[in-house]
Amino acid sequence: MSDLQIKKSSTTYDVVIVGSGAGGGMAGYVLANAGIKVLMLEAGVYFDPQKDSQQLKFSWESPRRGAGTTRPFGDFDAAYGGWQLEGEPYTTKDKTEFQWFRSRMLGGKTNHWGRISLRMGPHDFKAKDGLTDDWPITYDDVKPYYDKVDRLIGIYGTKENLENEPDGIFMAPPKPRLNELFIKKGAQKAGVNVIAGRGAVLTEALPGNKDRSPCFYCGQCGRSCKIYGDFSASSCLVIPAVKTGNLKVITNAMVREVLTNKEGIATGVSYINKEDMQEYQVNAKTVILGASAAESARILLNSRSAAHPGGLANSSGVVGRYLHDSTGSGASGFLPQLLDRKRYNEDGAGSVHIYSPWWLDNKKLDFPRGYHIEYGGGMHMPSYGFGRNIQDMNGRVPGRDGKMKEAGGYGVSLKDDYRRFYGTQFGMAGRGTAIARYDNYCEIDPQVVDKYGIPVLRFHYKWAAEEIKQAKHMQETFQEIMHNMGAIYNGPEGADTNYGLEAPGKIIHEVGTVRMGNDPKKSALNKWCQAHDCKNLFVVDAAPFVQQGDKNATWTILALSMRTAEFILQERKKLNV
Amino acid sequence: MNRRDSLKALGLTTLSAGLILEACKTDTPHKEEVAAVAPKTEDEAGRQAYEIERDKKLHAETFFTPAEMLTITVLGDIIIPKDEKSGSASDARVPEFIEFIVKDIPEHQTPMRGGLRWLDLQCLNRYGKIFTDSTKQQQFELLDMIAYPDKAKPEMAQGVAFFNRMRDLTASGFFTTKMGFHDVGYVGNAPNKWIGVPPDVLKQYGMENNI
Repeated sequence: MSDLQIKKSSTTYDVVIVGSGAGGGMAGYVLANAGIKVLMLEAGVYFDPQKDSQQLKFSWESPRRGAGTTRPFGDFDAAYGGWQLEGEPYTTKDKTEFQWFRSRMLGGKTNHWGRISLRMGPHDFKAKDGLTDDWPITYDDVKPYYDKVDRLIGIYGTKENLENEPDGIFMAPPKPRLNELFIKKGAQKAGVNVIAGRGAVLTEALPGNKDRSPCFYCGQCGRSCKIYGDFSASSCLVIPAVKTGNLKVITNAMVREVLTNKEGIATGVSYINKEDMQEYQVNAKTVILGASAAESARILLNSRSAAHPGGLANSSGVVGRYLHDSTGSGASGFLPQLLDRKRYNEDGAGSVHIYSPWWLDNKKLDFPRGYHIEYGGGMHMPSYGFGRNIQDMNGRVPGRDGKMKEAGGYGVSLKDDYRRFYGTQFGMAGRGTAIARYDNYCEIDPQVVDKYGIPVLRFHYKWAAEEIKQAKHMQETFQEIMHNMGAIYNGPEGADTNYGLEAPGKIIHEVGTVRMGNDPKKSALNKWCQAHDCKNLFVVDAAPFVQQGDKNATWTILALSMRTAEFILQERKKLNV
Repeated sequence: MNRRDSLKALGLTTLSAGLILEACKTDTPHKEEVAAVAPKTEDEAGRQAYEIERDKKLHAETFFTPAEMLTITVLGDIIIPKDEKSGSASDARVPEFIEFIVKDIPEHQTPMRGGLRWLDLQCLNRYGKIFTDSTKQQQFELLDMIAYPDKAKPEMAQGVAFFNRMRDLTASGFFTTKMGFHDVGYVGNAPNKWIGVPPDVLKQYGMENNI
């Protein structure tokens, strides 16, 4: 390291964007198309789904047959990274738990996400129960941007006129699979509304777009799409933005901090080039963070200066606070009616075909906020784990001769069971609103640095009664639906597992760490996601969320980032930034 | 992009797209295609350098002894034997898969090695010979004590746990090959247009009015 030096660039960009996912990608796309000179820094490698996707590989093309050994969601999954990155630790405090998923690649986590694209509703921006803070904006403020995102990216769904589940500009949704028809029937009998899924997958040609093709139904959105049939920030935003000639991407650029001058104005960022391990500084008139909710908070907290002693944009002390992930709890079973079912290609789309938006009134329940349910099942590609625990299935239904079999076994009869049970399984997963709390947070660990010498995050997160009671309700609902379906399933998760409630972070919807608000004492950003303390600094990932609904975060990240980028364009015209 | 361009982007011509569909219908899978043991260079696009290195390293290592591999092969073929529809576990190279997967997922190593040893000790005590040297009848007598979890005796619980794992790994290894796909009737992973459950299937389950 004797040749270590800080390399300062003489160029000043109009804008530097940290991160290339949904937030950074959208901001880069809008600004580059408006003629602004943008530099985008991505901590991971270049990734173009057209070349790099593992789409259409068969299980035997993986020596581990698709197991999630090096990629947590399977060997063909698009995400580079995972719950732990070598040399980039994070810690937890007070024996609490938080799982932090990071994708180090162009497009970030959007390359592998489920493409479930739900708008937050009026009551998500302004809650009726008074339990949490209101957003400084309403659904009506965001609606025009949701509409524009729908048109730009493409989304399928159905118009339902539900009060808190606003309709978008939809393409036709994929029809339900057979198992999903059983789910729908069972759920409806339980009083649970089931509607078509809403997914960022092109089921029709996207008007005016020649680079993307409609879905050909391999069901593999998680691998990212070679023909750009689904939304990834890489394929749909960053790569097109590069083609304008106005956006430059530097990959393997791990940002250490935002640089500010004596007046506290942002002047650029400092980063490590992971290829040559040298320190670089780049100048920009405007700095936009889209590094992910936790990573953007980390960068701000590590950007300490005389003007910003508690970290940048943090005079309120809220940076890192109000961290919240969606709740998650699931159930699964099989449909004995479907034993020996007819074979056909049922891969379908890689996002959900059906789901249940929240259907109840929390005033009549013992928990304050709702959840939605995602469903799936059918004749998927066999991969690692196929037929696992057959001994829990094959003793529960009669064999071909009508007699009950002893569970487990081996031989010709067992081999036949694998065939008989193929395609009978299904799963359902609740995704609920978790309350944003001051006491759930990430902060800088005072003792630990990563391999680049950057101080790391330390998490402190605890579920409370509100979330645990919600998970209990999910389990009760799942049992009723599965009973109505005529399914075979196990009993509900109980108090010993918090009703199957996943550890915080596991749903990968973490938000809220650099919250918006009108009061600079209680929030870090104003209603344009502009720092109260530093007018040329913006945050465009999920960090600005005040309170997430049960809706997956991506569509709101895209809408807010587009809104912020357009605000920056207006302010530039007025010479304010 | 029109359909032809899309298929080109996928590295497929309309002809080869047809071949993929066709391949799923083939009755006699070629044995050498059953399990690709190591990915070819052209398949490494999008694989991270460390993943390629790691796979190479794992392929170069050997975990099971020849005696252990023999037991795994015998057990695998008892779990999934050849029948009128498809070949046996060893025909689908399941033992080679199990050798790889225990190196890839090391938490399988001790339960597998220890389980094989447990099995041999049971046979030695009962029959005076290790499992693979015992008679077929003795092998089945022993396996019947561990292959049925609900009726197994408590003192055989470790054997049940081992056999459950061995059964799972065998199923994973078999049904993820071309032979296994064909056996189970998976016909996807090919460009198509999903238009919903076929009408005859809807009718079979009385779901015509629920779509």
